[in-house]
Amino acid sequence: MSPAIITTILGLLLVIFGIWVGDNANLLPIDASTNATIYDQLFSVLLSIGTILFFGMLGLVLYSLIRFRRKPGQEGDGSAIEDNLPLEIFWTIVPTVVILFVGLYSYDIYDRMGGMQQLDLSGHNHQGQETMVEEERIWGGIGSGSVEDKSKSSLESIPIDVTAMQFAFLFHYPEGDFISGELHVPVGKPISMRMESKDVIHAFWVPEFRIKQDIIPGQPTILSFTAQKEGKYPIICAELCGPYHGGMRSNVIVEDTSSYTDWLLKNAKNTIT
Amino acid sequence: MTTLPQIDQDQEVRTSQEEHHEDFRMFGLATFLIADGMTFAGFFAAYLTYKAVNPLLPDAVYELELPLPTLNTILLLVSSATFHKAGTALKIDDSKNCRKWLLITALLGLAFLISQMVEYFTLPFGLTDNLYASTFYALTGFHGLHVTLGALMISIIWWQTRSPGGRVNSHNQFPLEATELYWHFVDGIWVILFIILYLL
Amino acid sequence: MTISLDNSKEGETKSLQPKGWLRYFSFSLDHKVIGLQYLVCGFIFYLIGGLLASAIRIELTSPLSDFLPRDVYNQVLTLHGTIMIFLWIVPVVNGAFGNYLIPFYVGARDMAFPRLNAVAFWLIPPSGLLLISSYFITGAAQSGWTAYPPLSITTPAAGQMIWILSVLLLGGSSIFGGINFIATILKLRRPGLKLMQLPMYCWAMLGTSILIVLSTPVLAGTLVLLSFDIVAHTGFFNPSLGGNVVVYQHLFWFYSHPAVYIMVLPAFGLVSEILPVHCRKPLFGYTTMVYSIMAIVVLGFVVWAHHMFTSGTPPWMRLFFTIATSFIAVPTGIKFFNWVATLWGGRISLNSAVLFSCGFIVNFVLGGITGVALAQVPFDVHVHDTYFVVAHFHYIVYGGSVFVIFSSIYHWYPKVTGRMLNEDLGRFHFALTFIGFNLCFAPQHWLGLNGMPRRVAEYDPQFTFVNQLSSVGALIMAISILPFLWNIIQSTFRGPVSGNNPWNALTPEWLTSSPPPIENWIGPPPLVKEPYGYGRNNKDSNEITTDT
Ligand code: HEA
Ligand code: HEA
Ligand code: CUA
Ligand SMILES: [Cu+2]
Repeated sequence: MSPAIITTILGLLLVIFGIWVGDNANLLPIDASTNATIYDQLFSVLLSIGTILFFGMLGLVLYSLIRFRRKPGQEGDGSAIEDNLPLEIFWTIVPTVVILFVGLYSYDIYDRMGGMQQLDLSGHNHQGQETMVEEERIWGGIGSGSVEDKSKSSLESIPIDVTAMQFAFLFHYPEGDFISGELHVPVGKPISMRMESKDVIHAFWVPEFRIKQDIIPGQPTILSFTAQKEGKYPIICAELCGPYHGGMRSNVIVEDTSSYTDWLLKNAKNTIT
Repeated sequence: MTTLPQIDQDQEVRTSQEEHHEDFRMFGLATFLIADGMTFAGFFAAYLTYKAVNPLLPDAVYELELPLPTLNTILLLVSSATFHKAGTALKIDDSKNCRKWLLITALLGLAFLISQMVEYFTLPFGLTDNLYASTFYALTGFHGLHVTLGALMISIIWWQTRSPGGRVNSHNQFPLEATELYWHFVDGIWVILFIILYLL
Repeated sequence: MTISLDNSKEGETKSLQPKGWLRYFSFSLDHKVIGLQYLVCGFIFYLIGGLLASAIRIELTSPLSDFLPRDVYNQVLTLHGTIMIFLWIVPVVNGAFGNYLIPFYVGARDMAFPRLNAVAFWLIPPSGLLLISSYFITGAAQSGWTAYPPLSITTPAAGQMIWILSVLLLGGSSIFGGINFIATILKLRRPGLKLMQLPMYCWAMLGTSILIVLSTPVLAGTLVLLSFDIVAHTGFFNPSLGGNVVVYQHLFWFYSHPAVYIMVLPAFGLVSEILPVHCRKPLFGYTTMVYSIMAIVVLGFVVWAHHMFTSGTPPWMRLFFTIATSFIAVPTGIKFFNWVATLWGGRISLNSAVLFSCGFIVNFVLGGITGVALAQVPFDVHVHDTYFVVAHFHYIVYGGSVFVIFSSIYHWYPKVTGRMLNEDLGRFHFALTFIGFNLCFAPQHWLGLNGMPRRVAEYDPQFTFVNQLSSVGALIMAISILPFLWNIIQSTFRGPVSGNNPWNALTPEWLTSSPPPIENWIGPPPLVKEPYGYGRNNKDSNEITTDT
């Protein structure tokens, strides 16, 4: 077999291996939000590309080291090739194409996650006192609700006000006007959170939702998501905020609508009809 | 393989190179000034960002008057010209004129600093009053520090250009040239500062 | 051969320098002495930084915060990051090797500004000691090496102020060094030596120095503002006084992203020097290598906000920074493919220097790939500020820069001392380091993906086992220092004499005695037009003229 054929076969095997790894490696926690499912698609593509590139380079280096090592008694220099324009062009173009592909694909993902959307503050209009200036300065995180959900149910999104402080999260439910240390959300309903910090920068992170947004003092941020799997997941503060940063955790409980309503009613201060 | 003679490691070091290449000392200085300029660039960027995204808190005062800073701009621009005169005079070893122009430059610098002080004391806000005020003082203060340093260096050079006995003359122009470049740089920064802080 | 020194007049001599080994503790103006001062000083700080890393890894063997008090943990990780970056990698890949090699490469007898050079070095030990002493006096800074306000404003002021002061001094040292390198490379070149004939490390240092000169002052300004916030109670970054914390992040990363290339570009340069010698082949694609360095320098300035994807930056900004960041993979990739092409068809000696260089290639590619993944906003929002990021940058700074530093020490040791290192110990050192390193940091990718944030002393018990695995890796890394140190110490006294040019290398530093004489060459500096002319049929085609 000619070297060209062997190389092609090895390349194909590598690609197949990469795709297999991307599809089958189970490196992420469960996908408990609509966001997470989209995220995992991106992850498996990145993992495939990364695997192919890494093992390709590893293979090349190992092969060269073994094949071209100086054998005992060998004298003299290697061949004096030092330039090869087509080759140089080839390995400029390949990464460029890969990068463009990855960029476009992740743009698509970003858009599907709602990253490009106009910030939707409809859920917070109840607060009334918000002036124009303040609204301009609100910054949104990714996952401001995915497009699919947005079209059908954006009006029903549940507003929650999040306050972060050293070293706790407080969740205020305008609907029922009470504060909880744990986040309860119904499955399948879009949630839109408006987050403020009392002291230093914190970050709201739920690994199972694949979303994270800094909570910045003097700078309200918003974050939306739709949970899709029932369960109890950790909320983790992901920005160094002091000695107890590691202990600044809470839980999000995703439950079916009726248990959620029960919980809401049980806690509501001024039970509205 | 040619074997080179082993030489005594403890031979004394010659450091003659530095003294014989005036040109790259100027080059080094220019590089340093670019670096220095980046510090200002950082401050300017911060100021402009604040202006763009951080509205003043409701009761904060931040107003600037134009007359004094305009005077300051003129002072500095003129001083750049007078410094240049001093440089030309030095080239022909005209120590007397050179020192005259240096003195005028230093006095202009001093006048700038005094007028800056006057401005500081008449402004209706202090360093910690509000965000813009702090940035204003940080920027002008940092620039003022540069002017102070420059004025000091000019004074030293003024001393060094005295006719018999001074070290700076047409054979050793570097100290003067370096200070001149620095002074023009400080001027240039002021012009940008003036535009950004007072005119925008 | 004439023994006259052309561009130095007799007479002006400096006799203040002590003789023998004492000069390494003096304000020496000799670039070679300064280079070694940087290296040894940096290595001592590496041991201290590594000791702190060991403390981190011991703490993390259990999910509870039980080994270090919580605030001490934060101090330790802040010191670890700061020391490793500002006192180990940056001074060593720039200061140490730059000072030692650049004058040889441009055919000069010293750096352009020897005094400035000595000042730049002597800023380092005091600021390093200052930084470390803060731990014992008042408690060190505890807001991470990034010192994000308002945390850095609200934590104890003394430690934070000392941190700011020493980083300012180190930044100053770095700027002085950068100016010196630019002037030396551009202005002090031997007559007849063209820019495109310079060894690649010169290009890397030129690019790095441009980055240093343009970005470090911004950090300095920012830290001055931060210190005003701390001591004068201004409100630049203090939201309760109307300030804006995100502005700090922009300014900080405007420096600190280029800083990562300040840590790695010189390493790229060093690998480009080492590989051709031991592969007995010319460096592949010299011209494209030069252009890719410059492309990295330019792109390096426009990617900083990829550290701030979760800071509430507007969507267009995130997209711009995603794309700009991703594109850095192209010039970087060119360099890596060129190195592989340099290996290809060579006669590779599998010695410690080559092993560490190839280890670097493999580790860096992995770190670079995770970097490109991190550059994608939707990917980054999950793993930002987690151990995934910790894994990414250790793969690059340790697997990249530190591996290259070791490789370079193995390569240039005979040059500096005139003695050979023990190869078996060297290979053993490589094997331990490579295994320990991968065992330590590979599992951290998984930790980050599954929910372990960084900068925590306590974590979810489900991560215990993987953290212990990582700690075992760190232990192996710590042990791997021993064969290295032993090798260095015993070879300095008893290593076999190497001769002037044990590798038969063509780059200019080898064309003089080992160790080199005080002013580098007895005669005039050689003109090396083809520093990589290996494998030419007629070796003499590599014109080494000694006339001016
Ligand atoms: C020497 C140091 C160094 C270097 C060189 C790099 C190089 C890169 N880094 Fe890294 N980085 C750090 C040190 C470094 N980094 C540090 C210290 C942090 C954390 C700071 C903190 O928060 O404390 C960080 C964090 C960091 C982040 C922020 C993560 C977060 O906090 O959320 C990002 C995001 O984009 C990033 C990206 C990149 C990219 C794209 C590169 C690229 O330059 C890599 C390019 C290289 C390659 C891609 C490999 C070779 C290429 C090929 C083989 C060609 C083919 C490849 C492709 C087509 C993909 N880095
Ligand atoms: C730039 C270079 C660099 C280098 C080389 C290293 C090297 C190492 N790093 Fe570090 N690291 C950083 C830069 C670096 N790091 C940065 C910038 C951060 C971020 C900080 C922040 O978040 O602000 C960080 C953070 C960081 C963390 C995360 C902490 C956290 O977020 O909570 C961890 C955890 O495992 C870690 C581990 C290690 C380990 C095990 C090594 C090992 O490779 C070290 C190996 C060396 C040794 C083990 C030395 C052994 C020697 C001895 C033990 C003898 C000592 C003797 C005497 C002193 C006489 N590092
Ligand atoms: Cu709050 Cu970390
Ligand atoms: Cu970066």
